[in-house]
Amino acid sequence: MGGSGQARFVRLGETGRARIAVTVDGESIEALEGDSLLVAILTARGRLRRSEFGPEARSGFCLMAACQDCWVWTADGHRLRACDTPVRAGLSLVTEQPDMSWPIPV
Amino acid sequence: MADPRIVIVGAGPAGIRAAGALVAAGLRPILLDEGQRDGGQIYRRQPEGFTRTPEQLYGTEAARAVALHESFERLKPQIAYHPRHLVWNVADGVVHTISEGKPGQFAYDALIIAAGATDRLLPVKGWQHAGVYSLGGAQIALKAQACAIGRRVVFLGTGPLLQLVALQYHKAGAGVVALLDTSPFRRQVMALPKLAARPGMLVKGLRLVGGLMASGMAIHRGVTPVEIHGEAEAGVTGVSVRLASGRIRRFDCDAVGLGYHLRPEAQLADLARCAFTFDPKTRQYWPEIDAEGRSSVPGVYLAGDGVRTQGADGAEISGALAACAVLADLGRAVPEAERAALRARARIMERFREGIAEAYPWPAHLAADLPDEAILCRCEGITVGEVREAATGKGADEVNRAKALTRVGMGRCQGRYCGHAGAEIVAAASGVPLEAVGRLRGQAPVKPLAISAGESQP
Ligand SMILES: Cc1cc2nc3c(=O)[nH]c(=O)nc-3n(C[C@H](O)[C@H](O)[C@H](O)COP(=O)(O)OP(=O)(O)OC[C@H]3O[C@@H](n4cnc5c(N)ncnc54)[C@H](O)[C@@H]3O)c2cc1C
Ligand code: FES
Repeated sequence: MGGSGQARFVRLGETGRARIAVTVDGESIEALEGDSLLVAILTARGRLRRSEFGPEARSGFCLMAACQDCWVWTADGHRLRACDTPVRAGLSLVTEQPDMSWPIPV
Repeated sequence: MADPRIVIVGAGPAGIRAAGALVAAGLRPILLDEGQRDGGQIYRRQPEGFTRTPEQLYGTEAARAVALHESFERLKPQIAYHPRHLVWNVADGVVHTISEGKPGQFAYDALIIAAGATDRLLPVKGWQHAGVYSLGGAQIALKAQACAIGRRVVFLGTGPLLQLVALQYHKAGAGVVALLDTSPFRRQVMALPKLAARPGMLVKGLRLVGGLMASGMAIHRGVTPVEIHGEAEAGVTGVSVRLASGRIRRFDCDAVGLGYHLRPEAQLADLARCAFTFDPKTRQYWPEIDAEGRSSVPGVYLAGDGVRTQGADGAEISGALAACAVLADLGRAVPEAERAALRARARIMERFREGIAEAYPWPAHLAADLPDEAILCRCEGITVGEVREAATGKGADEVNRAKALTRVGMGRCQGRYCGHAGAEIVAAASGVPLEAVGRLRGQAPVKPLAISAGESQP
């Protein structure tokens, strides 16, 4: 995995906010207070997750809670929608569904 | 008579104005919104701790944004406002919500649905790559988070939002490579008489075009999208379009904002069993309403961009009008002079909406012409060819049958982003008019519920 690549999003301002650390797939990244999880991850990496149905990396699509392309999970298996969940210090996220079980709850 | 229970879904301009009109009539409506903060799409608020001014955030609409936010602050103690409440179903006079994993129910005598719009999308080969965002998504990255979706961004599609977001990016210091509009310029000229219904908006639109011309970004109108290039891991690397001259041109980029105007979020109206009607001009089904927003179902009212894409001012007017309709139907006193003025303004908004739809038409032929290998459903990687095959080989000439056979419309987005194009593909492949292939039926929950919803999960 890893494969984080270059950051996808570019910050254009509002960079004076407090810095907080979160963990994504075991790697520590720096975010700013008020970031969505999606922005926290994509200002550090090139993708959010991998598609379950194709080879491509995914990085969200609508940013308005409509497409559900941006799901990530907490280490204990809670699904979070990255585009409308604010980042919290100390959060530990995984980008692949832990303990994938059938049926997948939707 | 006990006070009627009035539930409003959506704290955007439409829902807020509806709530205000009901409070003015002495009522205390319940206002439910999925978001963390009020404001809706256009007047979306930035998180606490951000410092940009309203002028930086909302441009020419700053004064209206501030006015709406301020009236909401005054309204708040007089209504029952529940943010972070997703309405996932409406059935038998009850609205079902989920909030941080906890289910809730709100019974109503009158329901105003003001759920807003989402981007109307048309696939292009390669749109599944990381770095392709809906136009609205590109705007939210900037407005709500002060970020650009990439270093070199191409904006592709059509509609007023396409130009607006391109200019907002440019002004915020983002790298904009090109603005590629599928609508030819002459369509905008032809629509001028209708657009002139709102001279102020028309002037703003012309200034917008002027700002774009001065920005130095490449601007091409009347283009045909060919492909979004990309790699599985790195995501988007470029966009190819056929220019109006017939020449194919590639633009290197690392992000694309893609959209073809907006579509109403009408699933809740569908669950409430409101009748829908086909609009041949915009080629979509939408809920039937009367001049004040009454749906076909008594007690259910529809307002804002969730029923007709009239824009923010139209949303405010239709929200206030829906509240008048509620008051009238409940036998309460209605502010008649205001009601008449609102109805007159609503007609202007509707004429302007038609003008915008004509100026930036939905390019249906592009859906019909998509290559078989293009992905139609981004959620599950279902191709255009699979849907064509279901339509021609298996007789699926109705969208819900095509869905059952191919799963198109069943994925995570529940058909929001593939539904309209899917219907065009089924219609073209089976030789049936678009109206006859129908529409994807809304299903509860309107969005997937969090796992912790537990036993309330359907
Ligand atoms: C991404 C985007 C960007 C836009 N940008 C502009 C712009 O820059 N300029 C412009 O003139 N117009 C813009 N528009 C059009 C704009 O949306 C409208 O003109 C205006 O915001 C419509 O107001 P509304 O009240 O109808 O809906 P909205 O403002 O969209 O508000 C709808 C509200 O309903 C809530 N909601 C929806 N479904 C549910 C549910 N199931 N449960 C609970 N709550 C729900 C949403 O959270 C939202 O707060 C944009 C539209 C979109 C989608
Ligand atoms: S990016 Fe679409 S739901 Fe989060």
